[in-house]
Amino acid sequence: MAIASASHAPGTAPVVPPRSGLRSRTLTPYLLMLPGLLWLGVFFVVPLLTLLATSTQTPAPSGETGAFQQTLRFANYWDSLQAYEAQFIRSFGYAAIATVLALLISYPLAYAIAFKVGALRNLLLVLVVAPFFCSFLLRTLAWRQILADEGFVVRTLKSLHLMGDTTTLTASAVAVVAGITYNFLPFMTLPLYASLERIDPRLIEAGGDLYAGAFTTFRKVTFPLSMPGVVAGTLLTFIPAAGDYVNAELLGNPNTRMIGNVVQSRFFTIVDYPTAAVLSFLLMAAILILVTFYVRRAGTEELV
Amino acid sequence: MTVIDSPPRRPAVADPSPSGPSGLHRVRRWLGANGLRIYAAIAFAYIFLPIAYVTVFSFNVPGRTNLTWRGFTTTNWAHPCDAPDVCSAVGNSLKIGLVATLLATVLGTLIAFALARHRFRGRGTTNLLLFLPMATPEVVLAASLLTLFLNFKVNLGFATIIAAHVMFCISFVVVTVKARIAGLDPRLEQAAMDLYANEIETFRRITLPLVAPGIAGAALLSFSLSFDDFIITNFVSGNVNTFPKFIYVSAGRGIPAQAYVIGSAAFFLSLLIVLVAEVVRRRRPSP
Repeated sequence: MAIASASHAPGTAPVVPPRSGLRSRTLTPYLLMLPGLLWLGVFFVVPLLTLLATSTQTPAPSGETGAFQQTLRFANYWDSLQAYEAQFIRSFGYAAIATVLALLISYPLAYAIAFKVGALRNLLLVLVVAPFFCSFLLRTLAWRQILADEGFVVRTLKSLHLMGDTTTLTASAVAVVAGITYNFLPFMTLPLYASLERIDPRLIEAGGDLYAGAFTTFRKVTFPLSMPGVVAGTLLTFIPAAGDYVNAELLGNPNTRMIGNVVQSRFFTIVDYPTAAVLSFLLMAAILILVTFYVRRAGTEELV
Repeated sequence: MTVIDSPPRRPAVADPSPSGPSGLHRVRRWLGANGLRIYAAIAFAYIFLPIAYVTVFSFNVPGRTNLTWRGFTTTNWAHPCDAPDVCSAVGNSLKIGLVATLLATVLGTLIAFALARHRFRGRGTTNLLLFLPMATPEVVLAASLLTLFLNFKVNLGFATIIAAHVMFCISFVVVTVKARIAGLDPRLEQAAMDLYANEIETFRRITLPLVAPGIAGAALLSFSLSFDDFIITNFVSGNVNTFPKFIYVSAGRGIPAQAYVIGSAAFFLSLLIVLVAEVVRRRRPSP
């Protein structure tokens, strides 16, 4: 009650007509949100805090597997960072390459859908997200077969002498990056389309009227106006890409392991929860820092 | 400003081609006009290549693995449950998907209404709390949930999977439904009030039907997120087998062709639902 009356005191009070349900109305939003936010609290916030607590634990003296005790050993962070530096660099490197590739593939596609296809727009948009309707794992495994040594991609490349006879795409970094690029492509295309579609075509025409060539118009008018889409798309692609381990596992080899693979194996194979927790936190922190910097620089605040 | 600085080197309008209508020139012209469309066609070929692969191999003669082409057959489609464990895994995924979707849609829609229709303290915090699960890598969500369940000695199974799925679906429901509510014309509700409908009646007869497509879209999104989730499910599922988990486990020893049937059937079914919804939407233009 106190919250309700206090929240009403400063601004809006005089505008609202005095109704009997006033007090219950100010409580309404909280009541509406209560169950959902409670769920997020219990299954998102509390787990993160548990993970944080686990990250400074050390193995219990009993030596039993899976038993740990809280010793507030913050050096865990430093140790893990050193031990898995390569995987961290790889995760962000692969994610960055995949994001750039996805942008290069998606931008012209989103542009074509927004400006060149007329009534087919909605249908083509559905087709862009269509891969999501097919199992993520089956698609990734399909790429493994398509890029296999006896597959037509490799045979074509070899017959055109674009690929050495002994090189292979199976279980390679190329395959991992290709898989990541493919799997997160719709996350790039949709926001790009959304911001391109909003551009007033008259602005582009105005560029031409002012004697700008097609390229200059694009560089000075279209591209800057589509920046919100570029920012949202790169973030939506980069974040899941950096945390992904399925592509690295199904399409890669032991030398393409990403941080997600380490977290997974620390949990299940080695039963070393503190290290898994540390790595998860470092991954999340790195991503949040990158996101904050990136959004600041690109100047788009409205992501949600 | 710099637009004007650069001198008009090339007149953009209908350049008087000095080379005349030579073949090469015509090809370039044509590419200039259709290049983007051709590019889009190639991009779509790339997007659909793995799906085509999955569909084609769902008609493969079944064997221990489904890596090489053995011949065309429709038996997999006639008997998709012939391979051991495929259908029980799909059944589990459907059950989990339905329950998680129902819960996430209800909880998320309530939050969406609160955010779209009310001013209140703590808005920023709420938005942050909704944004963070979407910005957190799945493997981190998975690791944190499993740590929680292990710490509190919760038995892993259907309940833990559903708890996790609802958690990561809520934010997507909120975003989708909120956008729909924001797009409503407030005059429609005012009109209902003017016609002496009370708040509950207005909500039930005007607001809810108008927001319904958004809610339906959010539910479809939740279901597909839940049905296809592997990373989080793999961490918190214990012994419960789901369809993605089944594929992952069988990837080593060979995936039966029947799994490809399920994969491509799910694909075509979802595509059909979306296309039908689109046709219905066009027939009955929303106000």
